[in-house]
Amino acid sequence: MRVVDVKEVTRNIKEMCIEANHFLTADMKEALNTAACQEKSPLGRQILNQLQDNLKIAGDDMIPICQDTGMAVIFLEVGQEVHFEGGPLEEAIQEGVRQGYGEGFLRKSVVKDPVYRDNTKDNTPAVIYYEIKAGSDVVITVAPKGFGSENMSRIFMLKPADGIEGIKNAIITAVKDAGPNACPPMVIGVGIGGTFEKCALMAKKALTRPVNKRSPIPYVKELEEQMLHKINQSGIGPGGLGGTTTALAVNIETYPTHIAGLPVAVNICCHVNRHAVRKI
Amino acid sequence: MNKYIHVPLSAEDARSLCAGDYVYLNGTIYTARDAAHKRMYERLKEGEKLPISMDHNIIYYMGPSPARKGRVIGSAGPTTASRMDKYAPALLDLGLKGMIGKGKRSSAVKDAIVRNGAVYFAAVGGAGALLSKSILSSEVIAYDDLGTEAIRRLEVKDFPVIVVIDSTGKDLYETAILQYQEET
Repeated sequence: MRVVDVKEVTRNIKEMCIEANHFLTADMKEALNTAACQEKSPLGRQILNQLQDNLKIAGDDMIPICQDTGMAVIFLEVGQEVHFEGGPLEEAIQEGVRQGYGEGFLRKSVVKDPVYRDNTKDNTPAVIYYEIKAGSDVVITVAPKGFGSENMSRIFMLKPADGIEGIKNAIITAVKDAGPNACPPMVIGVGIGGTFEKCALMAKKALTRPVNKRSPIPYVKELEEQMLHKINQSGIGPGGLGGTTTALAVNIETYPTHIAGLPVAVNICCHVNRHAVRKI
Repeated sequence: MNKYIHVPLSAEDARSLCAGDYVYLNGTIYTARDAAHKRMYERLKEGEKLPISMDHNIIYYMGPSPARKGRVIGSAGPTTASRMDKYAPALLDLGLKGMIGKGKRSSAVKDAIVRNGAVYFAAVGGAGALLSKSILSSEVIAYDDLGTEAIRRLEVKDFPVIVVIDSTGKDLYETAILQYQEET
């Protein structure tokens, strides 16, 4: 058995909230760089260059990449040999978010009640997902999610007869409806299969996969590439102002499902596709 | 076409702008987003005065991240404009000349833009660190209790925006994508 003090969890989550909001991962930076070189629209290129400048300023001056520093989504993979001590794990996670958003000068965007909407003033609570794994590692992913793109995300409970064509239509429909609202170039996370909530969760988690890493399943890899090509033919472009770069990647995850169903979730992310991952 | 425009926005300047123009704004603008709009709308319905005059002014749909010590403002990019669609026509009819945000507007907002000779600008979404560099000062002037959603007065210098809907109702989001669409 491995003992982990929850203070370690708090400290890491605090640092990761700040890190994710000021620095994109190397794969995202590279994808934006490539897009700026390949974009055909002059205005599109100008916007992509501004996004590069924005990333540089964010890192150099420690100004969040986007003012919407998101609701913190946290994935915690916990090895079953791990024992946490020092207090409740969930409180330690929320404390990390509280400290990160406070000390990092990040925006507090969370309201206590969806109807009455009083701001909690510390960006808690985070949305937390736990997974129990074999072994004794603890892997934390902090993915602050902005709501410009979250609001454009969709779930489709398709029929098995809709098949792969139905899936393609669902993805294209979601992207076209999102258009300029979701701050393109977007990253598209897709979940196919499972149940209603499982496919939504897969779509969310798909956004944390590097944008240059394709699915290991051959037909899914092909679908990812085909969808990216098709999305980039939509003309939406950077900022929705026309161009050949509408998405940087389509990441698809699949899971077995019921004989009667074909759930498809499309979680749209803007070009500020943020996440920090650490193993403690 | 690149243009340098002084704000508040005169009726002549508003009419001179065309969808697709790249514009640098200089002068005073105000921020308001969801909660401030809801409150202004409710005050108007109750027959009360608004905390800021709409006359020739520009509202930037933006809620900044907190400023670090010694800085004017934090990250300061646009939020999705369509959430303000319910409230915008009433403000345009009171003289509001421009809105800065990102994303599509409703036909009711477009009608109100044309009716009042106003303009809808887009700032680049997700470029809040870059845009913050064009803001010289920021002061909360109303609804302080709303935190990031309070109404702020901003002094801006060469603040970069793109005309999306002009005073004739032309919508760049609709026209620009046709140019690059390659669908079969």
